[in-house]
Amino acid sequence: MFPPLQDLYRIAPELVLCAFGMLVMLIDPFVPATRKRSMGWLAFAGTLVALASLRWAALNQGSAYSGLFRVDMFSLFVHAIVIGVSALAILGSFDYLDRENIQRGEYYALILFATAGMGILAGSTELITAFVGLEMSSISTYILVGFRRTVLKSNESSLKYFLLGSFATAFFLYGIALTYGATRSTRFDVVNQAIAAHGAGPLLILGLGLIFVGLGFKVVAAPFQIYTPDVYEGAPTPVTAILACGPKAAAFAVMLRIFYSAFGSASHVWFWAIWVSAILTMCIGNFAALVQTNVKRLLAYSSIAHAGYILVAFAAASEIGVAAVLFYLAAYAAMTLGAFLIVAHVGGTNEQRLNIEDYAGLGTKHPWIAACFALFLFSLLGLPATGGFLGKLYAFQSALDQRIVWLVVIAAVNSVIGAYYYLKVVVAMYFHESNKEWAPMPMRAPMFVVLLLTAIATIYFGVLPNRLMELAIASARSLR
Amino acid sequence: MNIAMLVFIACSVMAIVGALALILAREPVHSALALVLVMISLAILYLLLGAAFIAAIQILVYAGAIMVLFVFVIMLLNAGEEVRTNVSRLAKWVGLPLGIFFLLEMAYSLFREYGGRAALAGGTAAPVPASTRDLSMKLFTEFVLPFELTSILILIAVLGALVLAKRES
Repeated sequence: MFPPLQDLYRIAPELVLCAFGMLVMLIDPFVPATRKRSMGWLAFAGTLVALASLRWAALNQGSAYSGLFRVDMFSLFVHAIVIGVSALAILGSFDYLDRENIQRGEYYALILFATAGMGILAGSTELITAFVGLEMSSISTYILVGFRRTVLKSNESSLKYFLLGSFATAFFLYGIALTYGATRSTRFDVVNQAIAAHGAGPLLILGLGLIFVGLGFKVVAAPFQIYTPDVYEGAPTPVTAILACGPKAAAFAVMLRIFYSAFGSASHVWFWAIWVSAILTMCIGNFAALVQTNVKRLLAYSSIAHAGYILVAFAAASEIGVAAVLFYLAAYAAMTLGAFLIVAHVGGTNEQRLNIEDYAGLGTKHPWIAACFALFLFSLLGLPATGGFLGKLYAFQSALDQRIVWLVVIAAVNSVIGAYYYLKVVVAMYFHESNKEWAPMPMRAPMFVVLLLTAIATIYFGVLPNRLMELAIASARSLR
Repeated sequence: MNIAMLVFIACSVMAIVGALALILAREPVHSALALVLVMISLAILYLLLGAAFIAAIQILVYAGAIMVLFVFVIMLLNAGEEVRTNVSRLAKWVGLPLGIFFLLEMAYSLFREYGGRAALAGGTAAPVPASTRDLSMKLFTEFVLPFELTSILILIAVLGALVLAKRES
């Protein structure tokens, strides 16, 4: 009757993350206010142990808890992304939290719980489990977004994110209810069998549509992207970095599972929805980014545009398409995390320096920071020899293989448009004279390590992509 | 036309009227009271379907605890009459047609799916295995993972309250 002990090994990363989260909360009250940073180190240790425990989970692959959760290459790949993102974001938060005077243990505990939720999302093979995982990651991020309590903008974005996010969740839940109503099950395999046997009736299609609304909100696919710039701008910048990488990767993972394995035999039904959404997402993201003067908002719109590129590979509905999505998510996580953390560093106290002209002269004053930022921007833009370039290449290639030509044409035009606003920042850094005097904070070791790692990852994925792509293909195979 | 059918129709009408009143009322307190009506009628509908436990939970949690919270919030914020902004006018012209479209689509697909059988049988349809015993068996064996995860979810919510409400030292 009881689930076998092996099931515990399969959810080992989540167990570790939750355990460390609770440990942080237990110890936190006894730590004096000036030494709260140690809680961050504890949380960082938690993410490292969780990464190590992935190996343990990998040795025990298979379905757990009567088929509600599954450990396969796919889930391990996404786990590695989300836990890695959280680990680096924790390191990148130390100085920021000190400057904003919000160095508190709860911050780190929430990141750990959110990461556990994302892990559950990545491995769930049943809708209720996916829902609980989604809520774990969502509710933690709602709170994290509003962590600067005294800043009005942060409050506004937290409230906005919470209200719209709850609304999206309601859609997701409604979709689950309709799917259950049509198939009498919430398990992906049973749903798939039901569709294979009876076809997708109108009730099931409606359910899938509502699920798409709920998940589209989390992956910032148009037309559910409206909240993104405001929320990303108001959130503490390291939290924005997490938001743009972690929950997005996890939501894409569960979306892949739902669309490919549960609704795989109805791909002709959802193909056009993804097609339209991909075009809208890319165009809205890129065109709105053109007129931005605030770097944080610009990167927020860029993150919308990138969700569009990922949807292009999603629409391919093939094994290589899944691999392309996974590769893109990994490459995107590295460059976006780095870019946002540089914004956090340059932003200074109270995030005062966020405009493009604030970056003027950075190239001469702080050549290393500027070089890193330029690298991340070039990668986001998709210049060769960066992870972003190969991510786009694989994504477009996988769509072309399936003869989805127009979508790729529009995507290619969009990435050219994207060049304008990324280069605008680079030009400001290297060719504009700074008109304001400012002394940036010295860069401390943790931040340095994070930038180094993300920069190396961005170049590594761009120059030697084989290893990552092999893993991504193996993951895509295991999804079937 | 048996008694179950009558109760079904009465409760359905009550739920729909309550839901409409909830949206249309301008006083937040009236909306809250309309929500109670919806919750109670839904609970009776669950009872008709043989789901006694869900019905009890519906009354205890939704009509009880959550409604009390709603009323408390309305009281503490001293919320007055709603003010209609441009955006809510947009909701009227775009949201309403979309809502009606959704309703028709739902009705169509439910009708297609069940062909007017189960949906109109008024609770006397096939017995649903939803007794408290069945439910707990499912919850503690098959669905034990999401059940346990919910405890973490609640912990996160508590943490959120702590973060947002703790006094600055």
